[in-house]
Formats: sequence, C-alpha cells, structure tokens
Amino acid sequence: MSVARTAEPRAAAPGGGAAAPAAPPARPRTTWRNRAVRVASLLVAAGLWQLLTVTDARIWLRFDRLPSLDEIAAEFAERLGTEVYYLDLLQSLIRILTGFGIAAVAGITVGVLIGRSRRAADVLTPLLEAVRPIPAIALVPIAILLFPTDEQGIVFITCAAAFFPIMVSTRHAVRALPTLWEDAVLTLGGSRWHVLWHVVLPGVLPGVFGGLSIGMGVSWICVISAEMISGDFGVGYRTWQSYTLVDYPATVVGMITIGALGWLTSALIELIGRRATRWLPRAEGSGA
Amino acid sequence: MTASGLRLTLDGASLGYGRGGVLHGVDLEVEPGEILVVVGASGSGKSTLLRGLAGLLPPYAGRILAHGEEITGPSPDRAMIFQEDGLLPWRTVLRNVELPLAIRKVPKQRRRDAAREWIARVGLAGFEDRLPRELSGGMRQRVQLARALAGAPRAVLMDEPFGALDAQTRAEMQRLLLDVLRDTSATVVFVTHDVDEALLLGHRIAVLTSGGVRILAGATREQILKEL
Repeated sequence: MSVARTAEPRAAAPGGGAAAPAAPPARPRTTWRNRAVRVASLLVAAGLWQLLTVTDARIWLRFDRLPSLDEIAAEFAERLGTEVYYLDLLQSLIRILTGFGIAAVAGITVGVLIGRSRRAADVLTPLLEAVRPIPAIALVPIAILLFPTDEQGIVFITCAAAFFPIMVSTRHAVRALPTLWEDAVLTLGGSRWHVLWHVVLPGVLPGVFGGLSIGMGVSWICVISAEMISGDFGVGYRTWQSYTLVDYPATVVGMITIGALGWLTSALIELIGRRATRWLPRAEGSGA
Repeated sequence: MTASGLRLTLDGASLGYGRGGVLHGVDLEVEPGEILVVVGASGSGKSTLLRGLAGLLPPYAGRILAHGEEITGPSPDRAMIFQEDGLLPWRTVLRNVELPLAIRKVPKQRRRDAAREWIARVGLAGFEDRLPRELSGGMRQRVQLARALAGAPRAVLMDEPFGALDAQTRAEMQRLLLDVLRDTSATVVFVTHDVDEALLLGHRIAVLTSGGVRILAGATREQILKEL
C-alpha cells in the first residue's frame, strides 16, 4: 500500500454537498408544563381511586371491597419492613433472569441459524411453528410432569414464553438485512464468519432488542402466573396468597410490586438497547 | 506498496439471474493497471458484470479470470465500491476504513495508523469518529474509497459510485479518484451511465449493449452515444 502524501484536510465538509453537522440539533426540551401535566394525570387517577374506595362506590363496578390508598400505603410500609418481601422479590427475579437469559441466548442463536441457513430452517421451522401457537402458560401441565421440581418448571415456562418473540424477531431481522453489507465484507476479504461477526450480529440488534422487550413482558406474565399456580414463594405466589386470605391491601401491594419489577426490567432492556444501537437515526424528541 | 494490478478476463462469460440471464458470452480483457470504464443503458448488465468480476456472481457459462486464474468467489484482491451506501452504519469512519485490515488480523495500532492515513488521503481527517449517518453522500463515498484502498487491492470495481451525487460533488470526487489512483497500480473497472464521466476517467471505454461488449479506444462523446 502506498500513501505517498497526505492530503490536507479541507476546512469545510469535503466532497459533501451538504455539510456534516458540527453538533446534533438539540432535542426539544420537556418543559415544566409537560411534567406538570404528567404528574397531574397520575394525581387525578389516584384521587379518583381514593374517592371511589372511601365512599364504597357501587356504580355497576364495585369499589366497596377494594382498599383505599391510605390502606395500601400502610400495607406497603409494613411489607417493606419484612424479610419475606425481599425474599419473594429475589426469588421472582432469579426465576425471570434465569428463564429470560436462557431464552435470550437460545432465541438469538436459533433465530440467526434459521435466518441464515435454509437447511436449519427446513429442520427447525416445522417443529417451532407447531409449538409456537401454544401459549406458554398452557405448558404448565407439561412442565409439572417433565421437571423434578416446581422451580425448574417455572423457569421453563418463563423461558418458553420469552423464547418465541426473541427467536421470531431475530429471524426477521436477519432476513431483512441488506445484502449490500454482506457483499461489502465479502469483497474486503471476509469469510462467512466475518459476515456473521461484522454484519449479522450488529445488524440485527435493533430487531433483537424489540424481541427482548416483548419477551421480557411475556416472561413476567408467565412467571407470575406460574407462581400463582404452583409456586412456594415469589411475588406472584404472595399476591395470590394475599387474595385467598382476603387481604386486599396486600394483594394490591403485590400488584404494584409486579408492575414496578416489570417496568424496571423493561427499562433496563430499553436502556441497553438504545446504547447498543446508537448508530440508528432517531426521531427528534424520541425518548423524551 | 500496492502490488501490481490484476489482469481481468471474461472468456465467453454468461451472467445473470433467472431465465435467460443478462450477459451472454461476453469476452473482455482488462489490462493490469488500466482504468476501464463500462457504460451502458439501465438494465444492460453493467452491475452484473461487476458482480461477476467481484466473484459475487458465478457465470453460468464461460469463465471469468483474474491473472489467468478462474475466479471462484470474492477476494480481497478485488475490492468493490457500491453506488448505495456499503458502509457498516454501526462502525465509525475509522472502524469502517480499518475493516479490511481487521479481517486480515493486522495488529490494532498498525491498522489504525494505516486507516488514519487513508482517511486523510481522501480529505476526511477529523471525521474519524463520525458515524456514516453523520456524513453527506459525497463524504460516505470518500470513506468507501478509503476503505477499499486500505486493503491494498489489485483491482477496484466501482459500481456507479458517484451516481447519486450532485454535479459539483461528483466533479470533486472524480478529481480525488484520479489523484488517489495515481499512487496505486490497481486495475480499475468503473461502471457509469454518464458518458462525460467515462471520457474523463477511462483509459478505455467498454460499451455494453444487448449485442454484447464493444471496446472503444480514443472514442469521442458522439461515437459513444451512437453505440449506446
């Protein structure tokens, strides 16, 4: 290779037509007015709940048996002081992370395999498409029969729930990749492994993170349902137990905890996804 | 130092997709180090010809040779520059340009230095850490050129690389290309539908028509237009 002389960098954007932006334009700011509207929306909903529950309203919907906000708050404060609350939390998190983690690795691997190899698609697609329409929660009897412990069964259900959205999203993302990028790497001397490493894996990330996000949502649905059916502890088990013991404030505390966990894990995936796909053009104000 | 340019030969090559293909029994010889410009109307098979030379599309009849050896697949000896954006959008300018060297497992510091030299050579010093989406069309084509040449190929296959650029940027890019190629001895096959571009860049011009390939040496604009 010969680089005999080094061209002077041009002052402005070279060969460009339009100049490269010096700095990206500022994202429209979220004003105090936007924030006030958001907070007010929450406060109105909470106020309405309080009003309907303290007045024991029965307007076709029966609010007289639901706990008021102060009862829920008192129960929450009490629960936060108990060890069992954190053990339940930890147990549910371990189940979800194990099941979801296995599903993520398996879903991405199988999705890439099917997307790239016709033979793999011929072998695996009929089996996967036969199982895919079965909702994961309907696999509970199989899980009970198949696994020696309830714990393993719950992780299996969680994994089965997340696997399909991740696998399908990955497969679609692989098939939607422009062949141009692959051709470019091949003509630069790349092998099929280089194409996989430098094109396929980074290129499918936007689709994969879409699948991971959906997978996490259905994983939570399934782990909570499975805990309610056959768990010994965990947030789902505790919420259902509180309901059967007619402890409605504790039931709502369980529901709020499940919601918070779901939101936290989804937000984490969203955050990692945004960092991993920084190269994507984003609409102004997205994520504000 | 760039190795000598490749002699590229199409020996009765038929190329294309589906029934009938696009090119039938094409014979063509590209001399080492020459710039052969291929012109032709849309659908005449210009890009198909390049894909055949790149090893991305095998001929269904005849042979395609590089220095006498049959081409059986893509090779770093024959880099390709595409009209559409062939840059990997998740890699910065620097990481795109160093890609052919990374594939060859050149040590990191050496490949970074070489990539920086090529980026400066195409006039993009200071843009190393930009992503392709932060660059204009002309700048992206400069990066493609730097990336192709960083791998020290013996032939560069260019598929209407300036086709989507405005007139001013296109003229600037043509000057840059001639300037950069002066330092290499690579054979260049340049596809365009612009006759003026062909006259400016080509040592020889190949006109692609439904009847086959016709080589014109020292042709005028009018002669080429008559052939098309």
